Amino acid sequence: MAEKNTFLLRIITPDRIFYENQVEMVEFNTTEGEIGILAGHVPLTVIVKPGILCISEPEEEKLAALHSGFAEILQDRVTILAEVIEWPDEIDQERASAAKARAEERLRSKTPETDIARAETALQRAMARIEVLK
Amino acid sequence: MASMRDIKRRRSSIQGTQQITKAMKLVSTVKLQRARANAERSREYFSCMYDTVTSILKRVGHVEHRYLTPGTSGKKAVVVITSNRGLAGGYNSNVVKLVTRNPQWKREDIVAYTLGNKGREALSRYGYEVRACNNDIVESPVYADAMKLSEELLRAFSAGEVGEIYLAYTAFKNTVSHVPTLLKLLPVEYAGEPEERDGKAEAIMTFEPEDVEALDLILPKYMTSLIYGALMESVASENGARMQAMDNATSNAEEMITDLALKYNRARQGSITQELTEIIAGAEALG
Repeated sequence: MAEKNTFLLRIITPDRIFYENQVEMVEFNTTEGEIGILAGHVPLTVIVKPGILCISEPEEEKLAALHSGFAEILQDRVTILAEVIEWPDEIDQERASAAKARAEERLRSKTPETDIARAETALQRAMARIEVLK
Repeated sequence: MASMRDIKRRRSSIQGTQQITKAMKLVSTVKLQRARANAERSREYFSCMYDTVTSILKRVGHVEHRYLTPGTSGKKAVVVITSNRGLAGGYNSNVVKLVTRNPQWKREDIVAYTLGNKGREALSRYGYEVRACNNDIVESPVYADAMKLSEELLRAFSAGEVGEIYLAYTAFKNTVSHVPTLLKLLPVEYAGEPEERDGKAEAIMTFEPEDVEALDLILPKYMTSLIYGALMESVASENGARMQAMDNATSNAEEMITDLALKYNRARQGSITQELTEIIAGAEALG
């Protein structure tokens, strides 16, 4: 059993191949809730929600802020098509905090014109960014 | 016969033009390399996206979905991707022709969303309705631009303003071949029949959330990736087309210069001969 407890994780963005390696586990947020994937998972396609992506490599853990996209999970392979994803060192902390404050403000001062869904996504995004930096 | 001075002036003017075209060719060559690398990187994302979407559509078969059935409006939105600057051979006019020469399309039915100044100029000259244009995108396309555009298109589609959405761009096959292409974005076309589900690994793929809801979320992303891919390929094609056009211009200039050099030498020889004849004639008259 010990021989095959890793699987191939590929994270592809429109501009580049963000990540490609053998990993033990990957965790992220989906529209149906948080999900953690080990090797040999049931084939599944899920839609990503803004949150932290946690990659457990055999030696170390890696974090990234994953904002939107979807994931195709197969038994020996996981492909995440990410529209927006960032490593912690690519995040501008000040901008993220400002965006968080803005989104909270918009949600508090609810006017009929406020696009609630959009403000909420913006908030989730900003929180994911800040969370990853911690 | 033109005078020596005229020929000389003409030749130096052509030489000046040749230097410009040579420089432009070099610039587009460099830009082409970068654009091509970008286009190839984005292809990976697109092909994964395409595989996923087709596998979903294969599973759900012919389902009633708002993105899969044409809208009631007879209007057609066309995204026209051209360049902001000319001197790229037939690059811009070929894309515009896809719209203007389409036998099934009436001018009144078309709503154009142009990316690139040349397309906007040409289409409004022909009297098409240009709804929105954004000329900065084509200089260096980023994914967020494509996202914004596809949101706008989906809004118009959902509101019933347009019934179909097309994309007119130039596909980049290789450095020398660029094919103007018309692609239907919405409703998503799906010709194949649902496949038999026997023993194939992907046949047991499950979806969270359910199929129809997943389509709701994935199809807009699919559309964005199509637009983005088309943008990348168009930029690569633009630079390829310009490189070719400038290469032709340079060699044409070279040809003209050789021709003029010959004419100049002949004129010079002619004038010397004439001078000699005159001197000899004068000397004879005196003698």
